[in-house]
Amino acid sequence: MISNLAKRGKVLDSNKDTGFVVFDQVQKSYDGVTLVVKNLNLSIAKGEFVTMLGPSGSGKTTCLMMLAGFETATHGDILLDGQPINDIPPHKRGIGMVFQNYALFPHMTVAENLAFPLQVRNISKSEQQEKVRRALDMVQMSKFANRRPVQLSGGQQQRIALARALVFEPELVLMDEPLGALDKQLREHMQLEIKRLHERLGISVVYVTHDQSEALTMSDRVAVFNDGVIKQLAPPEELYDKPDNAFVAQFIGENNRLIGTVESVDGDYAGVRLASGDLCQALAVNCGAVGEKTTLSIRPERVLIGEAATSNTVEAKVLEQIYLGDHVRCRMSVHGDEEFIVKVPNAPGFSHLEVGQTAQIGWSADDCRALDMDIVR
Amino acid sequence: MKRSTKLLVTGISASISLTVAAKDLTVVSWGGAYSDSQLKAYSEPYMKMNPDINIINDESSAEAVAKLRAMNEANNVTWDVVDVVASDAIRLCDEGLAMEIDHDDMLAPGVDGSSPEDDFGDLIVSECFIPQIVYSTTFGYRTDKVGDTPPTSVCDVFDTETYPGKRSLEKRPINNMEWALICDGVAKDDVYDVLETPEGQERALAKLGTIKDDVIWWSAGADTPQLLADGEIVMGSTYNGRLFSLIEEKKQPVAMLWDAQVFDLDGWIIPAGLPEDRKQAALDYVYFATDSQRLADQAKYISYGPARLSSAPLVGKHATLGIDMAPHMPTDPKNATNTFLYNYEFWADYRDDIDAKFQAWLAR
Amino acid sequence: MLIAPLLIFVLITFIFPISDMLFRSVENDIVSDTLPRTVVALESWSAESQEAPDEDVFAAFYTDLYLAQEYKTHTRLGSRLNYQQTGISSMFRKTGRRVKRFDTDVYTDQFEELDAKWADPSYWASLMNNERVQKQLPETASSYTAWRELMVEEGDNPDAETPEDFVYTSLYRDLMHLSENGASVRNADVRTAMNAVSGFESVSLKEQFIDAEDDWADPKYWATIKLYSGNYTPGYFLNAVDMEQTINGAEVKPENERLYGTLFARTIYMSLFIMGCTILLGYPVAFLLANISRRSANMLLILVLLPFWTSLLVRTSAWKVLLQQQGVINDILVWSGLIDEAGRLIMINNQMGTIIAMTHILLPFMILPLYSVMQTIPPSYVRAAKSLGANDWTAFRRVYFPQSIPGIGAGSILVFIMSIGYYITPEIVGGTQGVFISNRIAYHISSSLNWGLASALGAILLAVVLILYWLYDRFVGIDNMKLG
Repeated sequence: MISNLAKRGKVLDSNKDTGFVVFDQVQKSYDGVTLVVKNLNLSIAKGEFVTMLGPSGSGKTTCLMMLAGFETATHGDILLDGQPINDIPPHKRGIGMVFQNYALFPHMTVAENLAFPLQVRNISKSEQQEKVRRALDMVQMSKFANRRPVQLSGGQQQRIALARALVFEPELVLMDEPLGALDKQLREHMQLEIKRLHERLGISVVYVTHDQSEALTMSDRVAVFNDGVIKQLAPPEELYDKPDNAFVAQFIGENNRLIGTVESVDGDYAGVRLASGDLCQALAVNCGAVGEKTTLSIRPERVLIGEAATSNTVEAKVLEQIYLGDHVRCRMSVHGDEEFIVKVPNAPGFSHLEVGQTAQIGWSADDCRALDMDIVR
Repeated sequence: MKRSTKLLVTGISASISLTVAAKDLTVVSWGGAYSDSQLKAYSEPYMKMNPDINIINDESSAEAVAKLRAMNEANNVTWDVVDVVASDAIRLCDEGLAMEIDHDDMLAPGVDGSSPEDDFGDLIVSECFIPQIVYSTTFGYRTDKVGDTPPTSVCDVFDTETYPGKRSLEKRPINNMEWALICDGVAKDDVYDVLETPEGQERALAKLGTIKDDVIWWSAGADTPQLLADGEIVMGSTYNGRLFSLIEEKKQPVAMLWDAQVFDLDGWIIPAGLPEDRKQAALDYVYFATDSQRLADQAKYISYGPARLSSAPLVGKHATLGIDMAPHMPTDPKNATNTFLYNYEFWADYRDDIDAKFQAWLAR
Repeated sequence: MLIAPLLIFVLITFIFPISDMLFRSVENDIVSDTLPRTVVALESWSAESQEAPDEDVFAAFYTDLYLAQEYKTHTRLGSRLNYQQTGISSMFRKTGRRVKRFDTDVYTDQFEELDAKWADPSYWASLMNNERVQKQLPETASSYTAWRELMVEEGDNPDAETPEDFVYTSLYRDLMHLSENGASVRNADVRTAMNAVSGFESVSLKEQFIDAEDDWADPKYWATIKLYSGNYTPGYFLNAVDMEQTINGAEVKPENERLYGTLFARTIYMSLFIMGCTILLGYPVAFLLANISRRSANMLLILVLLPFWTSLLVRTSAWKVLLQQQGVINDILVWSGLIDEAGRLIMINNQMGTIIAMTHILLPFMILPLYSVMQTIPPSYVRAAKSLGANDWTAFRRVYFPQSIPGIGAGSILVFIMSIGYYITPEIVGGTQGVFISNRIAYHISSSLNWGLASALGAILLAVVLILYWLYDRFVGIDNMKLG
């Protein structure tokens, strides 16, 4: 736990000097009473793809709008390339932005839409044409230069919006749920495309979404927002494997929760007494002192069954099974929790369970994280 | 919308008349103080005498000709007695929209025993017209804006040096053209001979042109009294009854300039083609409303002269102000030293032509 | 089926009145209906002769006018023709009164003297039943038939009444005609009469007419009757564009009578100007409405709509109180010393009065469509423009404004079409320079009763609106119009 905190602090500190985008103790309130964004600190490196992930109303979009300049911070500084930008109007910030519904200008053709940011920058006509052509090529939309936005499909509009945000070669591009209106297949395709573009152009991207798989797929780092606070800022794999707190554990991926009380702390591990009376060994990540309540988080795929289960073993009753092809989702009654999910891989070496059967399951103490009690979902 | 409401109303009134014996009589007039005077002098006593008659008052006289024509085309004349100016009566008669009246046969003899034809005399300007009042179009002026030399002649209207300020004239050629010619030196008897010719018309317009920039043109009778009261104008033409009410009832600093007042007539017509029972009801009302006493009674409420000779001696005092009405009548000898009678024949012929020229001149 | 009542409603309240108007603007049966014989007789007369028509025309006119005054349609015709030729109205009225007292009774007397049979209604009836006689005495047959119809119309029995003088006059003319041509007549009574008529004392109808009204000797009145004898006439339309029909074809009226061209032009340019004013004033208001909180927007919207709850007349009169020379605005300006007593501004009874009052009255019709269009413009467009580097003004001009154009289009069409048809407000505050063509249409509908001209003016106005609408569609595109 200490090492974790230290690590986080280190990232923050090192970025404060070199960070391309820095939120420094930023607060935002619309009515002067409730804070929508509470004391936000965030540093984004040049070329980094950072996603702000969180449920609606968590403050992520507000943060993006403050960065774009459409909202002003009530308190604190936002720095871009070392310069405070609080007083710089949006049009002078040079930040590209892709909006949720694309915001393509309906009265202009695709080419005119793309030329718009170049025109307002007084770039010569020939250079405009060249840049527009290149931007269209980049998103493979050259054929549609003379169409109007309404004549394009959602995916096509999305590409144009992307091209428009990139055509004036900003170093930072903000994306506000840009794929929200697309169907699943197109969305996944576009995720890869955006990711590829990001890598090719070396730009920094701040991406807002409420879709966790999108966040995990695309980002270098993900900032999980809740209630105006970043709950955890980490690369995707760390976020999933090593959630810092109960909210992140619950919000990212599937999670089993068990409530207990800390009975002993021994180095990195803690002994937790569950409501059922059993004792469970867990990794002490973010639990309080002895005697305090804690949430245990166990990923469904980390639960071991039968002979493989050597530590933290418990008798569990199978309540329900769903066959999902590559694995079987198995709902069990564990330590009094009837919503406990176990994923049994559909692979050699895994025994088949029956509903109503009792099986012995268990998990490694390293896969069971003792976290705080802050549960929202 | 209006039509459907009307249909609804007629429908309702039709269904009511099935149950109630009262018969409706629609009397159309001008509204305002004038209609009030008729209501008090004619309709109220008439209804008292005939409790089975229910008089419905309509205030559409200003559009009477057009409406009667439209009703006639739709074959649905809903009016029974209509108050119109004489020139409209002539046109309604010409168009076959008003019934011809045998005055001696259909109207009451004078209180002095004279026959109606003699009693009304020359005022019967059309076979369809039952004269009711004599009114005049004349000028009123602000007594506080004319210095020590109040205007005495109609030509003072054209004298913007002695009487600076705006004046109001009616937005039509009738009367204005005559006044202009008189003040341009045409003898009163020659006015219409001159006005018949294009040169004469140009001459009248040229004379009006000398004050064109100082004129506010009115189209509603209430305009001039309001403009006088507001002090917008120094003098203006309107109907004498309006000026009477402005001076005597509202006590405004305004006085009458009777010079070259133009007499006009107002009276009743009965729409042509009424069913027999309605026609009889309309004639019965008109018989009562145009007898000597009734015409004299009306003058208690408004300063218009009764159309019957035999009514003149019966004119008394104003109903509320208590002042003698006779000196306020346009026909009073002191007021009628220099008068005109609206030339119906002439204007029936020349109205369209001169109006076109007049409006073209106005628009220039 | 459910839309049937609506369809009928539209048909009755919209299509029917408009087609009726279009029909009235060219309809002209009144002349040929009232004077059928005269119209035929005038065919052989030419206005170029510079002389009054001959006796034949007057004879036909005598019969027509006699019948017309019995039916009381002559004065109506007089009023109709007076629109084209001043003076005809009283000619018809005066002559109508005289025509019954023409000296044509001499024919009646002479025929009756010749043979008492001619005074016998049943003799007339049987004679006129004879087809050969009808052919030989065409005028008489026509007059007699018309007389019979008149009798029936009046509820009299034509078999018990002696015909009127005009029938005998026709008989005299027919018989004279036969005797001059030396025709052989089989009917003995008719033959006797034919041989006798040359010795009859005769009456010149032309002289009778001229005696009644000497203007009948003037060919210009006859030219008018001939010119307008067709069942349809372009006369109203010509009149509506300041032209007139003459014997030499259509000609432009003398300058001092031209009016409608000026009024049409004025109506259009003032309507356009008023439209422009409502855009200038309405746009910021609509923009404000669309960009403040819903609560405040509703409050403001009530203020915008408030004028709708007062009568048009009251609103217009209120402007009078404000704008007149002794009015509130002038009083304030004088009080504040900005102008002196002599320099009071003239803001009413001229074009300015019309423009101010009508801009005020029509403003909501601009604001409402603008507002509803602006409401649908997502704020993200302007944000996008700004994020792309446009400053506030450029973002407005290049992105917001173009998207509000459909609202401007809808508001403009609404305001323009409404203002083009306004007449009450211009009448009250427009003086002489601020009145519209609609004021003349209203005048011709309600005052001069020249409904044909009013219809022609209305039809032209309709055409102008349609042309402007077409131009709008052509250059802006009607799809580009949004009411909300």
